[in-house]
Amino acid sequence: MSHSVELQHVGMAFGRTRAVTDVSLTVQGGEFFSILGPSGCGKTTILRMIAGFLQPTEGKILIGGRDMKGLGPDQRPTAMIFQSLALFPLMPVWENIAFGLEARGVAKPARKAKAEELLKLVALEGFGERMPGELSGGQRQRVAIARALAVEPQVLLLDEPLSALDLKLRQRMRAELRALQKRTGVTFIYITHDQSEALAMSDRVAVMSAGVLQQVGSPRELYDDPATPFVARFVGETNAISGRVISLDGGMAIVETAEGRLRGRIGHGLSPGASAKLYVRPEALAHGEEGANCLTATIDRIDFEGAFALAYGRLENGIALIASIPSTELASAPAIGVPASFSFRDENAVVLPDE
Amino acid sequence: MNAADRIARGLFGFYFVAFFVYLFAPLAIMVAATFNTSRFPTITPWQGTTLDWFNQLAADTGMWRSLWTSVIVAFFVVAVALPIGTAAALLLTSLHARARSFLYAVMVSPLLTPGVVIGIATLVLWRQLGVGGGIFLIVLAQASFIICYVMLLVAARLQRFDRTQEEAAIGLGASRFMMFRRVMLPFLKPALFAAGFLAILQSIENYNTTLFVRGFDTPLTVYIATKVRTGLTPAVNALALVMIAVTIIGAIIYEIVRRRSQPAG
Amino acid sequence: MNELYRRFGSGMGTLFLALVAIWLGGMVLAPNLMMIDYALRPNLPPADIGGPRDVYSLDNILYLANESVHRAIFFKTVWASALVAFLTLVVCYPLAYWLAQSATPNRSAVVLLALTIPFWINEVLRTLAWYILLAFRGPLNALLLSLGVIDQPVRWYGDVGVLAGMVYAYILFMLFPIYNSIESLDRSQIEAARDLGASTWRTHWRVVIPHAKAGIATGCVFTFMLAAGSYVAPALLGAPGSRWFTEIIYNWFFEGGDWNRGAAYALVLLVLCLTVVLVTLRIFRVNLTDVAK
Repeated sequence: MSHSVELQHVGMAFGRTRAVTDVSLTVQGGEFFSILGPSGCGKTTILRMIAGFLQPTEGKILIGGRDMKGLGPDQRPTAMIFQSLALFPLMPVWENIAFGLEARGVAKPARKAKAEELLKLVALEGFGERMPGELSGGQRQRVAIARALAVEPQVLLLDEPLSALDLKLRQRMRAELRALQKRTGVTFIYITHDQSEALAMSDRVAVMSAGVLQQVGSPRELYDDPATPFVARFVGETNAISGRVISLDGGMAIVETAEGRLRGRIGHGLSPGASAKLYVRPEALAHGEEGANCLTATIDRIDFEGAFALAYGRLENGIALIASIPSTELASAPAIGVPASFSFRDENAVVLPDE
Repeated sequence: MNAADRIARGLFGFYFVAFFVYLFAPLAIMVAATFNTSRFPTITPWQGTTLDWFNQLAADTGMWRSLWTSVIVAFFVVAVALPIGTAAALLLTSLHARARSFLYAVMVSPLLTPGVVIGIATLVLWRQLGVGGGIFLIVLAQASFIICYVMLLVAARLQRFDRTQEEAAIGLGASRFMMFRRVMLPFLKPALFAAGFLAILQSIENYNTTLFVRGFDTPLTVYIATKVRTGLTPAVNALALVMIAVTIIGAIIYEIVRRRSQPAG
Repeated sequence: MNELYRRFGSGMGTLFLALVAIWLGGMVLAPNLMMIDYALRPNLPPADIGGPRDVYSLDNILYLANESVHRAIFFKTVWASALVAFLTLVVCYPLAYWLAQSATPNRSAVVLLALTIPFWINEVLRTLAWYILLAFRGPLNALLLSLGVIDQPVRWYGDVGVLAGMVYAYILFMLFPIYNSIESLDRSQIEAARDLGASTWRTHWRVVIPHAKAGIATGCVFTFMLAAGSYVAPALLGAPGSRWFTEIIYNWFFEGGDWNRGAAYALVLLVLCLTVVLVTLRIFRVNLTDVAK
C-alpha cells in the first residue's frame, strides 16, 4: 500500500498575501485524490507544499505518517508532473525517464532497462531515442508520467497536466491516468480547475475557494450533498432560489420564496429563520405538475447537447432557470415563450444558508 | 512619376552608391595594395604584381610573437569571461525587478566607459599592488567589459528557459550541481559558444584598452599600429588581409551558431 | 539573493556570487576608485608618498582647467566628437530608413549582411585602410589629380582625416539602433502622412524621426562615447595640429611620467562620457535595457 498524505492545519502566506488558510485533510494510500478549485484558489500552493518546493508557514504535512518539515523535494517520496511537463528538451526520451535514476547513481544498463520497462507501461515502446520535441502532446504527457514513476514514488503529484491538450485527447488521457493509477497503486494527488475531470477520475475530491477548504468527499457526495454554496455552484450546474427558512423537520427544510413554499433537504449549518437558498440540479427538474415543489418559468431557448437538451428560462420574478431534458423526452418539451411548470422531488434539492 | 520624385530617386541612388564606396573602397584598396611591389602600401602607381609581401610577413618574427601574445590573451579572456558572465546572467535572473534593473545598469556600465579609461583604471590599481602592465593586466582589463557581452548573450538565452525544468530535476532527486550540469548547461551551450566566439574576436581586436595595460607585451593590434608609424610596408597589408579573411569566416560561423541557438528550446 | 541560493544551493550560489563580486568589485569598481584616488593626489617621488605633502586636492583637475593648450584640446575633442556623431547620423539616416521601410525584405537582408562585414574588422585595420587611402602620394590624391579636381596633392592627415576615419569606424553603431527603431514604425503611418498631403521632409520630421528618437539617441550616445575615447584614429590619421584628448592622457602616462595627472584627465573623460550618455538617455527617455542590444 502506498503512503498516505496528511495535512494538519496547513497555512501559507507570501509576505502579506495569504494563499492557504488552515487546511486539514487526509489522502488515503493508493487513492486517486483531486483538489478542485478556480485558478488562484491555493490548490497549486498546496501541491507545491506537499512536493517540498514550498515550506508551509503554519501546520504540518505528513507523508506515510512521517513529518516532512524541513525536507526538500529531493528528500520526499513524491514525484511531480508539472503543468508545462518540464521535459528536458535536449535529452532523448529514455534519458528523460531515467533522469531520476541517474541522480540516484544507478548504472547506465540498469537505467536503460528501467526506461524500457516504463516505456512499455505507458505504451511508448521504441520511442526511447526520440527527442521530446519530436513527440505529440499526448506522447509527451506519457513520457512525463513515466519519468515521474521511474523513481518509484509513493505519491504522484499532478499539476493540471492535461490542460494543454485538446478535448478528445484529454478525455482519453483521463481514462489512461485512471487505469495507470489503479495498476500501479501509487497515491495520486491531482490538481485541476476542471470539475468534470475531477469528478470523472477521482476516488475523492477536495474543493477549495480563496485558500479555504470547502469540502472533501466522493464525487457523488460533492454533487448531491454540497456542503457550501460555493461547492453547490462550482461543481456542476445548479439553480439557486433565495428565500427564508420557515421550519425544519424530519430532515427536510421548508423555505418561503417568491415562488411559494419549497421543500428540500437540510444542508450544513441551517437554522430556522435564516436567509437561505434552495439548490436544485437541472436534471432534477421535470416538466409538469407533480408534488409540492412546483416552479413556473418561461423558456427562452433550448440548446440540444446530444444525450440531453438544456432549457434556459426565467422564473416569474426574472431569476434564471436551467432544466435538463433527456433527448428521449424532447417531444414533450415545453414550448418556447410560454409559461411552463417544472417540479422536483424534496430529496433532490438541498437548502444551504447564505454566507 | 513626376520630376521631383525622379530627382529624389536619383539623389538617393547617388547617395546609396556613395555610401557603399565609402564603406568598401578603403578596405579594397588596403587589400589590393598587398599585391603591389611598391614599398609603401598603395595602389598608385602600380609598380608590379607580387606575392612577396606574404613571404615577408611569414618571416617577420615580431609578428608571430605578437600573434602568440594575442592568442594567449584571448584564451585567458575566454576562460575568465565565460564563467563570470554566466554567473552574472544567472544571478540577474534570480533577482526581483527593482534589484535586477539596478544590477543590470551596473553590469552594462563597462560598455559605456571609454576603452582607454578601463585600461588606465586597471593599470593604476595594479601598480599600487606592485603588478605592472603585461599579459595579466591585458586579460583583466579586456575581460572587465567582455564579460558584459557574455552576460547579455547568456541572459538572452535564459529568458527562453522553462524554469520548471529546474524544479523537475530537483524533484526527481538530482543535486543542484547535477541539475546545472545536465539540464542548464546543455541548454546554454549554444549561447556559450557564441559568447566565447565573440569574446575571442573582441579580445584580438581590442586596441584602446590594451594599449595602456600592455607593459612590454605587444599584442597584434598594437604591433600593427606601431608598424604603421615606424615602418609600414605591404607586409602589414598582407597581415590585414589574413585577419580580415579570418574575421569574416569567424563572423559567418558566429552568425550560424547564433542563429542555431535561437529556435531550439 | 535567496532565490539564487534556492535555485542553485549554497555551494554554487556562493560561487556565482563570488564570481560576480570579483568582476564588479575587483575588475570594475576597485580600478575606478583607484583611478579617482590617483587623480586627486599629487605626483610625488617615492620618498614623499604618505608624507605631509601627500594630500587630496583638485590640483590635477585644476591644472587641466588652467593649461590653455590642454583645455583647448579637451573642448575640441568634445565638439569634434559631437560633430562625428552628427555627421554619422546624417550619413546613416537615409540608409537606415531605406532598409527599414522601403527595401524589399530580400534586398534589406543582403545589404544588412554586407554592412556587418566592415563591422567585424577591427578598428586598427579600418583606420589603417584610411591611412593608406589618404596618404600624400596615395590613391585619393592620385584620383583627384587625374580628374583635375586639384592640381596639388592635399595633406589629408589632420582634422579631415580624423573625422573621415571616425565617421567610418562608427557608422554601424549608429546605423543599427536607428534601423531597429524605424523598423518598428507601422508603414501605414507614413502613408497616412503622405495621404494627408505632408511633404517628404515633413513626414520625416513629424512622423519618422519622433518614432525613431530612442534609436537616434542611442546611436549618437554610443558614437560620441567611442569618438571621445578613441585613440587609434587621431594617432594614425591626425597631424600635430589635430591632437585628441586621449593622446594627451597617453602622454602623461608614457612620456610625461605623471600618472596622477593622467588619471585626472582620464577621470574627466569618464565623467564627460557618462554625463553625456546618462543625460541624453534621460532626455530621450531611453531605458538602459534597450541600449544594449
